[in-house]
Amino acid sequence: MTSEPASPVGRYVARFDPFDRFLHFLLMVTFLGLALTGLPLLFSTHAWAAVLSRLLGGFRGAALFHRAFAFGMLACFGMHLARLGYRLVVRKDWGILWGPHSMVPQPRDVVQILQNFRWFIGRGPRPEFDRYAYWEKFDYWAVFWGMGIIGGSGLVLWFPKFFARFLPGTVFNLALLIHGEEALLAVCFIFTIHFFNSHLRPEKFPVDKVIFTGVLPEEELRHERPAEYERIAASGQLERLVSSPPTSATLVWTRVSTLLAVALGLVLVLLTIWALLR
Amino acid sequence: MVVGASIASGAPTVPSPSNEDCLTCHGETDAKRADGRPIFVAKEKFASSVHGQAGLACVDCHTALAASTEFPHPEKLAPAQCASCHADVASEYARSVHAQARRREGASLAATCADCHGMHDIRSPKDPSSPTYALNLPATCARCHGNPDVIRRGHIAIGNVAALYEDSIHGRAVLKSGLVTAPNCKTCHGMHDIRRSSDPASLIFRGNVPSTCGSCHQGIERLYQEGIHGTLLRQGDKRAPVCTDCHTAHHIQQADVEAWRLDVVKECGNCHAESRETFRDTYHGQVTNLGFARIATCSDCHRAHDIHPAADPRSTVSTTGRVATCQKCHPGTNEKFARYDPHPDPKRRARNPLLFYAAIFMKWLLVGVMAFFGLHTVLWFPRSWRARREGNAEKPPPREGEKR
Repeated sequence: MTSEPASPVGRYVARFDPFDRFLHFLLMVTFLGLALTGLPLLFSTHAWAAVLSRLLGGFRGAALFHRAFAFGMLACFGMHLARLGYRLVVRKDWGILWGPHSMVPQPRDVVQILQNFRWFIGRGPRPEFDRYAYWEKFDYWAVFWGMGIIGGSGLVLWFPKFFARFLPGTVFNLALLIHGEEALLAVCFIFTIHFFNSHLRPEKFPVDKVIFTGVLPEEELRHERPAEYERIAASGQLERLVSSPPTSATLVWTRVSTLLAVALGLVLVLLTIWALLR
Repeated sequence: MVVGASIASGAPTVPSPSNEDCLTCHGETDAKRADGRPIFVAKEKFASSVHGQAGLACVDCHTALAASTEFPHPEKLAPAQCASCHADVASEYARSVHAQARRREGASLAATCADCHGMHDIRSPKDPSSPTYALNLPATCARCHGNPDVIRRGHIAIGNVAALYEDSIHGRAVLKSGLVTAPNCKTCHGMHDIRRSSDPASLIFRGNVPSTCGSCHQGIERLYQEGIHGTLLRQGDKRAPVCTDCHTAHHIQQADVEAWRLDVVKECGNCHAESRETFRDTYHGQVTNLGFARIATCSDCHRAHDIHPAADPRSTVSTTGRVATCQKCHPGTNEKFARYDPHPDPKRRARNPLLFYAAIFMKWLLVGVMAFFGLHTVLWFPRSWRARREGNAEKPPPREGEKR
């Protein structure tokens, strides 16, 4: 995080377009909602779970909210897939499948994992990350995989009558187990590892606003994503990305929503850890 | 009683004192013994009692005074001799838990005739003002069985059953709805020969409980006797549950209230521990755990009284009966749906290998991901801390309004 007001030396550049920011926000809200309404079932024998489910309007209320959030999250996933399809089919943007601005894991990422560990222990320089670092790719694919696994099993549990037409009954046993376990992993991962990697680590604390505001200081991009910065600068595209700094209204909105999201996420993960340890 | 009988055998040679003679002293409202206890007997109360209406004389019960000529008589007398007329009832009483307690402990707190029936104002149990009238009996028994002091001093192991009964469906029917046909204490325990549950002759002896409850709940008893629990009980299996194991003895609740529906899982689980645990992990179980009962619990699938083993075609969870059972809550579902296992156990490979391996995979995925990124985070933190300090040092000093 760096200084917010524009300074002559601190130009801002665009990193995420409004649609990506909207999808992250929708994902954040629906994920928190799903975790909040789903965790009481997963830890149903704990007293806090009973209290929480009462607050959410009983199991029927919680189930209704859970399905509403699930719809929102699946819609989010659908919009993302549609956009990927558009970029591939209409815009012929093959670079999203391979290359420096692709989310697809590449040999470079394996090298950078090792380099980063070396940097952690002071045995080497920081890797020259491009647009997406390996932990961001992991976040992305974890969510992608989670969408398929949790979303798929959730739909099986949501519409059992339909799925029982062509799937054996044991699928429902499997779906409940996988839905719960994968959700547990998602909650544990997002509310600790993702929070730390992207927001809570000292360089970013308390929150990396870029996914909410869409812009970051040019200096920060140059420092943290040197490969991307060099690539953009070399292509002469940098001037096109220069943006105005976030407005104070955007900053206030970002502060409030991220504070609430981080607080709720931390409460949920603490309840989860407490339940797991008991 | 034996002592009293020998006194009564002394034949009077002079006319016995009349009731009027007795009332000369006992009719005085302020008459007292030496120790100050009153000796007053209300004439009209006795007159309206069963004994008064039958024209009994005081000395018919207080037989020790039948031949007495010296008045005032000694303070210490043998107790009133109910047995001299009610010999059959007295012999029943002699076998009861109350009489046993009196024999064992001498001057016991345990109830004797007067404790339930009263003394001079004894009335017919059909009389609504009698303490033995159907609607009054619970309160009469509760004078001891709802009295914490008596329960403690009398070592009554079962505790305050009066309070439990009062809150039960039977108690509410009697005490609130005034149903004389609803069971009160004596319906299950008998009257004079109340026996311990360990006594095979007791109405509440384990093996006799179904027929005791069945004296009213005939249709349910028939279903129970046909079911596996009744069959096992007849075969002498000590683990077979009887009515009171699930319903409790005194705190019987209406079966469709939420608290009971949630509680029954525990009751069944007392014996079927594994089934309870595997149920707990399903959606049915999770919702039940959270305290909501509008979802299947044990008896919704297995039924309550006519429970049969799954291999029995009469069972609601048999391979043929299962679909109809699922359809009670999930209308329009098919045979495939009904093959869902409502008691899955991911720890047992034989039961469902797919579930077993899926559980292992999910567990190690969680452990693996969290271990890798846990280490990643732990190593990154100090580095990130230093990077922040170094980063700050590189930057120009903070401007006004900036955090750093």
